[in-house]
Amino acid sequence: MLDAAAIANDTSFMLSRIQFATNISFHILFPTINIALCWILLFFKVRFNQTQDESWLRVYRFWVRIFALTFAIGVVSGITMSFQFGTNWPGYMETVGNIAGPLLGYEVMTAFFLEASFLSIMLFGMDRVSNRVHTIATVLVSFGTTLSAFWILSLDSWMQTPAGFEMINGVAHVTSWVEVIFNPSMPYRLMHMLLASGLTSAFLIAGISAYRLLKGDNKKSVKQALNFAVVLAALLIPLQIFVGDLHGLNTFKHQPAKVAAMEGVWETDSGIPLLLFALPDEEKRENSFEVKVPNVASLILTHDANGEIQGLNDFVDEHPPVAPVFFSFRIMIGIGVLMLLFSWLATYQFVIKKCYPTWLLKTGIAMTFSGWLATLAGWYVTEIGRQPYLVTGILRTKDAVTTTPPEDIALSLTLYAVIYGFLLIAYIRTLFVMANRAVILEESNTSLTGKELFSEVNEQVTTNEGVAK
Amino acid sequence: MNVTSVDWLPMVFVGLMGLSFLIYAILDGYDLGVGVLLPLDNQQQRDSMIYSIGPFWDANETWLVMAIGLLLIAFPKAHSVIFQALYLPTALMLAGLILRGVSFDFRTKAPSIDKKKWDYAFKFGSLLATLTQGYMLGRYITSFEDSWLSIGFSALSAICVTAGYCFIGAAWLVMKTEGELQRRAAKWAKLTNVLMAVGILAVCLTNLLIDQQIMDKWLGGMQVLILIPITLLLGFTFITVHLYLDKVPMENDLGCWFPFLAAIILFIMCFCGLAYSFYPYIVPFKMTIFDAASARESLWFIFVGAAVVLPMIIGYTIFSYKVFWGKTTKLNY
Ligand code: HDD
Ligand code: HEM
Ligand code: HEM
Repeated sequence: MLDAAAIANDTSFMLSRIQFATNISFHILFPTINIALCWILLFFKVRFNQTQDESWLRVYRFWVRIFALTFAIGVVSGITMSFQFGTNWPGYMETVGNIAGPLLGYEVMTAFFLEASFLSIMLFGMDRVSNRVHTIATVLVSFGTTLSAFWILSLDSWMQTPAGFEMINGVAHVTSWVEVIFNPSMPYRLMHMLLASGLTSAFLIAGISAYRLLKGDNKKSVKQALNFAVVLAALLIPLQIFVGDLHGLNTFKHQPAKVAAMEGVWETDSGIPLLLFALPDEEKRENSFEVKVPNVASLILTHDANGEIQGLNDFVDEHPPVAPVFFSFRIMIGIGVLMLLFSWLATYQFVIKKCYPTWLLKTGIAMTFSGWLATLAGWYVTEIGRQPYLVTGILRTKDAVTTTPPEDIALSLTLYAVIYGFLLIAYIRTLFVMANRAVILEESNTSLTGKELFSEVNEQVTTNEGVAK
Repeated sequence: MNVTSVDWLPMVFVGLMGLSFLIYAILDGYDLGVGVLLPLDNQQQRDSMIYSIGPFWDANETWLVMAIGLLLIAFPKAHSVIFQALYLPTALMLAGLILRGVSFDFRTKAPSIDKKKWDYAFKFGSLLATLTQGYMLGRYITSFEDSWLSIGFSALSAICVTAGYCFIGAAWLVMKTEGELQRRAAKWAKLTNVLMAVGILAVCLTNLLIDQQIMDKWLGGMQVLILIPITLLLGFTFITVHLYLDKVPMENDLGCWFPFLAAIILFIMCFCGLAYSFYPYIVPFKMTIFDAASARESLWFIFVGAAVVLPMIIGYTIFSYKVFWGKTTKLNY
């Protein structure tokens, strides 16, 4: 009897984890584009205001539509997220609700309403409010998305590196809100995530613009967007690598087991090599097929070629599953390096030499969604690296899980997985449909005022009725 | 101040949470209702209907996040009990909300041959959301009992809530549109108005019979004195709306806002009735708001923020409605 219950509970646990990971992985794809895209749109708009160059307006009009679509998916998948805590992780709120609750609450009150209310003015209000009010609305939406990233990352960082609280009867009570909000890993995580968002948007814009260019779309606006995107990426990526390094050092201080998994270090030692590749084996507690560079891991993490790094064997039963953390970390870094190469080369070719070789455009298209991959990989490092804890040192993930029967969770998981899979395909397909449409549509008319331009675009897309007569 | 002594905080939070649920029901109510009513035979009318809710649905839905958030923040224990009991309907409701939220955007951007399919998804998603919300309300009222009576009651509640949302949705369209669509909306409103009246009656009666405590609250002693004016007001609203809808459109569109106002009044009355029946329980007859409340210092921290931010939210919500005031026009980026 007890055994059956224990098995059911274990299954609920595994399914809940998969469900949570599916949901948040899907959700983050859209915020990660929008947090930065919103500021980028603001930039396009301000450029148009300054130069009156209508190509900027074209770029704005094209990307604001993608922004709207992305936002809608971000919102609905976010609403799902906010139910997850109660439905699947009741122990989470019962233990740390006094901290998680207010942080989530502030996100809703200060960020979500701001975004949601001014979004409609930003999207549909151009001919209803003055240009200035429209610009302000755009600023407020951008500010709102960034603010929401601030709050949620504060909470997530608190779960990684908890601070500013005391435990009374197994429940966390706050002693200092400032320490809770600005916990040790928060500034790094926020910076790293915001930069990740900038890179994701930059590569999306570069990829879609390169696609339009290859399809023969020779409008000035396409090249303008492409150049803008590669320059942005070229500027952000060195920053990202720098911040990522600081982030790693911080993690080394606060979550050494996570870093040991990232580096694939089993035994505590000094002069640890950097593993370019290996297959970590948790049964034997060793790696095979190591490709390594001597002493470099020690050098990066301790700034001393002979520095000591704690190994996983110091954290038996207290460390995360090694392989997923190890590989995710390498995927993120690998993409980071690719991004650096591509963006610098492309800046040189496109912007400085003003030539657009086909192979480089094709590489750009191939990298359209590289930001998504790196972002997901990064989050997997962070979140899987925190296991077996949900809140480091305080609450184990398995102690937080729901008692809902596994069949129900299997059902809901299937439901979400089907919908998300379908939406992801629809989303990507729609991006390219929109790009193709833009190629055909604007080909002939090179000079249009803003108003004519958008009615032209919309005509093709929806049949206009104009309800008001 | 000594924050542990402020025991009015749970009361304030239950009030805020109730208010958020009410605002949600009214605001997302009309846009869900419009979604459910989407006619499959007329593309132009579908377009106008969707334009009419386009600028608002996102902010409307945020009230749900707010209400659920407040439940989570202020009454975490109740949140756990309620959402574990309502696990599957919640998942279905979310699926519905996802479908309709994305269809709204995809329909204008996907290849045009797919547009109608997205409209179907919009309608179906809205319907799924309203039915499950009604069902959950029914389960909540019957304390999540696993009896056929409770499930039957919840099914009834699912239909009533859907009718209520359709009514407020149709009333919204009467206010925001013109011409043939407005006349069609008036017909929908008339029908759903009757359905809603029957529903409210049924739910009230069942509700009274379900629990002695509720019966005593309404019928014991002086309370009858509250009951009579409420019933009269409800009846009056239903009848005047019905009469008005027969005349739509009036000259100069006189009073086109009246059905919507009436719908709001009806929603507020129903909500207050429910709240009165169950106070001070947050999980009916099992857990009171005081049992479920989280640490006072956390509530205090949020309360300060809410006192500053809520007026601002209400301010820019009003601003947004003003910008999109008047009859619906096509939405352009
Ligand atoms: C770093 C960014 C980030 C991360 C890690 C998350 N979110 Fe998110 N979320 C956003 C950034 C964001 C955003 C940028 O603010 C969104 C995305 C798209 C959007 O339009 O707003 C958003 C939307 C969004 C919404 C809808 C808001 C609305 O109605 O306007 C909800 C309810 C949530 N999120 C909830 C969550 C929860 C419960 C999360 C974690 C467990 C979470 N999000 C992770
Ligand atoms: C946005 C990017 C995020 C991604 C891609 C992500 C990914 C994941 C993954 C893959 C897991 C499963 C780990 C495992 O069980 O092995 C997980 C767990 C979890 N994460 Fe995140 N996460 C993100 C952000 C957040 C945030 C912002 C929060 C909370 C504020 C959060 C809270 C949790 C919780 C409660 C779990 C518990 C479930 C579990 O351990 O399986 N996550 N996340
Ligand atoms: C190439 C150099 C990079 C380094 C050294 C680096 C370093 C790190 C480290 C150490 C973490 C884990 C921190 C922790 O869990 O405590 C992390 C997480 C993460 N990385 Fe990177 N990263 C790099 C590139 C990138 C790129 C190119 C992207 C995306 C475009 C990215 C996106 C993320 C995200 C989203 C997370 C999870 C959130 C967080 O903890 O900040 N990283 N990164």
